[in-house]
Amino acid sequence: MKRFGATTAVAGLDLTLDRGAVLALLGPNGAGKTTTVEICTGFQDADAGEVRVLGEDPSGGPDGLRARIGVMPQGGGAYPGVKAGEMLRLVAACAAHPLDPDWLIGVLGLDSAARTPYKRLSGGQQQRLALACALVGRPELVFLDEPTAGMDPQARRLVWDLVAALRRDGVAVLLTTHLMEEAEALADQVVIVDHGAVVAAGTPAELTTSTGDEQELRFRARTGMDVTALAAALPPGYRAAETVAGRYVVRGRIDPQVLSAITGWCAGQGALADDVQVARRSLEDVFLDLTGRELRS
Amino acid sequence: MTPFPAGTFTPAPGRGSLGRMLRVQAGTETRMALRHGEHVLLTLLIPIVLLVGLSVLRVFPLPEPRVNSVVPSILALAVMSTAFTSQAIALGFDRRYGVIRRLAATALPRWLLVAGRLAAMLAVVAVQLVVLGVIAALLGWTPTFGGVLWALVTVLLGCAAFGALGILLGGTLRADIVLAVANLVWFVLLLGGGIVIPLAQLPAGLAAVAALLPSGALAEGLRGSLVDGTGPGAGPVLVLLAWAVVAGGVAVRAVKLR
Ligand SMILES: Nc1ncnc2c1ncn2[C@@H]1O[C@H](COP(=O)(O)OP(=O)(O)OP(=O)(O)O)[C@@H](O)[C@H]1O
Ligand SMILES: [Mg+2]
Repeated sequence: MKRFGATTAVAGLDLTLDRGAVLALLGPNGAGKTTTVEICTGFQDADAGEVRVLGEDPSGGPDGLRARIGVMPQGGGAYPGVKAGEMLRLVAACAAHPLDPDWLIGVLGLDSAARTPYKRLSGGQQQRLALACALVGRPELVFLDEPTAGMDPQARRLVWDLVAALRRDGVAVLLTTHLMEEAEALADQVVIVDHGAVVAAGTPAELTTSTGDEQELRFRARTGMDVTALAAALPPGYRAAETVAGRYVVRGRIDPQVLSAITGWCAGQGALADDVQVARRSLEDVFLDLTGRELRS
Repeated sequence: MTPFPAGTFTPAPGRGSLGRMLRVQAGTETRMALRHGEHVLLTLLIPIVLLVGLSVLRVFPLPEPRVNSVVPSILALAVMSTAFTSQAIALGFDRRYGVIRRLAATALPRWLLVAGRLAAMLAVVAVQLVVLGVIAALLGWTPTFGGVLWALVTVLLGCAAFGALGILLGGTLRADIVLAVANLVWFVLLLGGGIVIPLAQLPAGLAAVAALLPSGALAEGLRGSLVDGTGPGAGPVLVLLAWAVVAGGVAVRAVKLR
């Protein structure tokens, strides 16, 4: 647990990450993801609770533990005037058997910016350098705090490939993200946090499988429609809810009659049911149901 | 399919050798200090201009050869510029850009992080001493061997006192405030702190204060070593030591490297 004055940043967060597995910590801004990562990497001390990272207590950042982990802090970090290659070589020098810094610079597409001082690199380039710094020491466990924030789709794809390669080679990865698709694509385990606590955890498949053989139909329409009236317009046993303003879900067996009853009812309200989806819930739906908040607007 | 052959990232953790870490960190920081325009202006260009100007132009009376009286002032200025002003500004901005946190997340031990900074500072001071020494020699500077040895000891003491103050300033305040304060202090000490104008020529009250400042003590110590041939003298040595111990002690408590 971690408090900042009256704010409780992290409370009741239980995580277990197996060797060589990828865990995604998913949550909205201020959920406590960075605080959690910083406690695990020894940048902050927990006020209460127990943390073990690779069998060690991370508080105070013991030298032995730091030699085994790689960290990509949110917002990166480098000398303002340093060139990418210099910075990476310095971080590599701290490790016993580092990867070749020049190769890594090339892989991350930083060679074109090799002569640019850090403070003039674009946000995405700074992120790439931060990622390179986390990986160069060949750690057993890496912490990536929002590794793809501010990256273009191509760079994001590259990060995904890198994380997949890390997992394949037996490196454990704890990453934080706002992106559902990222957690879904990369993680063995997804932990959804909000207000510092776990609200759901499991594999992406577990989290997105609806209970029983119940189906869902989701759509967008104007906000504030009367969901009780909608449920009443359907056969008994169907439930309807507005999860977030303008987003509706109907649970039950979805067949063509029900679908047309729903769209017809909306039409009766003078609303167009838009973006209609039947089937499995996406992680995003799970997230919205659990936290009642939009991740991306 | 990924473009990375299997085994590319197979873990092989471990800490690098201490000597290599120190060399690479100090080397990186030294290179950055020597290619950063504003720092070079402060640490080399201004001292060179003042050294040449005060030696060649007869702006105020000095015994001949003028350069012999100018060198101690300039060396004191050079040490103050690097160990205090430049160091504080660099540390302030390094903190803002998160490099301290970045390095604290590697296997680099914390004492080595500090040692690397100090080594880089000493490397820059060494470059200054060589450059300024050569220029002074070309201007006809005639130091004694003993005087140079005493001066080196005094320079190290000055580095300790100013370096501790620089780390204290740069390690505790916001970068833009550090920038303003460090430059202001540099300017005030240069003129009123006994560096360019020797204590003997300052108004009595100011001279008494300046003698207790690291700038006055360093400049007087260097004058004693290089001009009078008497060594730095107990007063300046004690003043510099006191500043180093006090500022260093406060810095250890106040500066958060994590
Ligand atoms: N040093 C601090 N002082 C006071 N409050 C803090 C501090 N650090 C974090 N907090 C608070 O703790 C909560 C969790 O913050 P944290 O940075 O862990 O969130 P996050 O999940 O990483 O968010 P984001 O997605 O925006 O990065 C927030 O409410 C934040 O305001
Ligand atoms: Mg965060």
